[in-house]
Amino acid sequence: MIVELANVAKHFGTRVAVDHLDLAVPAGICFGLLGPNGAGKTTTLRMIYGVTRPTTGSVRVFGLDVTHESRAVRARIGVTLQENVLIDAISPVENLRVFGRYHLLREPALSRRIDEVLDFLELRSHASVPVKSLSGGFRRRLAVALSLMNEPELLVLDEPTTGLDPAVRLALWSRVRALQARGTTVLLTTHYMDEAQRLCDRVAIIAGGRVVADASPDALIRQHLAAEAVEVDCTRDEETSLVRTLRPRAQLRVGGRVILFADDVAALVAEIRRSHGDHGRLVVRPANLEDVFLALTGTSLEGS
Amino acid sequence: MTVSWPHALAVWRRNATMYRRTWWLNILPNFFEPVFYLVSIGIGVGAYVSQMGGMPYIAFLAPGLVCVAAMNGASFEVTYNIYVRLTFEKAYDAMLTTPVEPDDVLAGEVLWAVTRASIYGGTFFLVIAAAGLAPLPRALLAVPIVPLAGLLFAAIGVAFSLRIPTLDLFSFYFTLFLTPLFLFADVFFPLEERLSPGWLRVAEALPLLHPVRLARAAFRGAPAPILVWDVVYILGVSALLLAWARRGVRRRLTS
Repeated sequence: MIVELANVAKHFGTRVAVDHLDLAVPAGICFGLLGPNGAGKTTTLRMIYGVTRPTTGSVRVFGLDVTHESRAVRARIGVTLQENVLIDAISPVENLRVFGRYHLLREPALSRRIDEVLDFLELRSHASVPVKSLSGGFRRRLAVALSLMNEPELLVLDEPTTGLDPAVRLALWSRVRALQARGTTVLLTTHYMDEAQRLCDRVAIIAGGRVVADASPDALIRQHLAAEAVEVDCTRDEETSLVRTLRPRAQLRVGGRVILFADDVAALVAEIRRSHGDHGRLVVRPANLEDVFLALTGTSLEGS
Repeated sequence: MTVSWPHALAVWRRNATMYRRTWWLNILPNFFEPVFYLVSIGIGVGAYVSQMGGMPYIAFLAPGLVCVAAMNGASFEVTYNIYVRLTFEKAYDAMLTTPVEPDDVLAGEVLWAVTRASIYGGTFFLVIAAAGLAPLPRALLAVPIVPLAGLLFAAIGVAFSLRIPTLDLFSFYFTLFLTPLFLFADVFFPLEERLSPGWLRVAEALPLLHPVRLARAAFRGAPAPILVWDVVYILGVSALLLAWARRGVRRRLTS
């Protein structure tokens, strides 16, 4: 295991940020921590790179106890913080040089590594202009580039694509996959379901500081719901009769709308059409992680 | 945990990288400030003062102002600049994702403050030497006192900065601590001629007094036993405050 958290709790005064959390990230995979804001994701990451100490429990990374060997652990991991920490007044190249020195990189290795990450994240075109003149997507890519300076075995990304436009998100996802292909283990937090579903081999859903589910996205959907979902507007009485006659694998209610889950929804759709006619804005779609989160926690992942 | 000097040096180099870009903006006021003081007080006021502490007033003033320059250089660095890096730039959060530890951050920042103090004090020394106010070569003995003064005020300032909740409190530090030191710590008039023996002993607590006495002794070429106490004070107080700051920096950067 690259990362192993056993029975970890973190209290800030009387507030419990993380509550008896168990987590195991095997080598080479992309692991996603999902949860609404305030679920304890960032605190969990901070404990993994050793800046926050757990109140109880043990955190091991590369088999090392992070509390006592944080320097050795951090030499082998890269962390992209939720908020970009860049030096605005200087260029991307100079930012990378400053950051590379924190890892004690020396010339000529330092310049060679800067060239590599500039190419890898396609930053070359603006490598020498002040960072403050760069777009949001560029800044984010630079922040990721900084965390790659030490060729990390484990890359930690705290909400890597929050606030980015779709093209930049796609570009970053492709970089994450490329790193994974080279053997880097990736641990990311997100509250974007499409991101988790596309990138992650395995996800843990965290709510209230605990892991409530931990498996591959497909397995989570299979275990907790079913492959397909049918959404329709209906009253609670209509829902009761639909559920009684059609026996879906699971159902969820979101406001005036009901989502029914089944592995084969043809019969469901036919019955709803028969009883509802064309009313009710019927939608058939694949079940997704958002549904799983809703089913497991009763709250929306986007925190609405 | 102990300081890893290569990592501390990486922190120092971050600041040096930023400073290099604007060094002429920083050096110029450094150059003019001593000139203004020397002209206004040394030559202007000095015209009405025949002797001070047994020498021409401008010669009395010069070594003290070198120490004041070092004090100011270190103080700005460890107050406003550290606070900006800590709170607004979040530079330390980024450093702590790498093998840099809180102790290295503190060591790097103090080292940088000493560097800034040396640039300030060194520039000042060059100006007064060019004006013929530093009796060479013996006044060169005052040069190593500049980084010592920088260390002392870096330690005092960083200990303060790590424990205040808001930027506004720095104005207290400057107006109620550094300004009185500047005015009452032997720079403008000899304390020993104005204070009773009892009060003189109390005045020994003033941090600026010690580098000023050392610098003036170097300029005069007059070593005295009390200078040993001055060095012990500077190193001792710096060590104590840095030990305290070490706990503060861990508390601020980790949780």
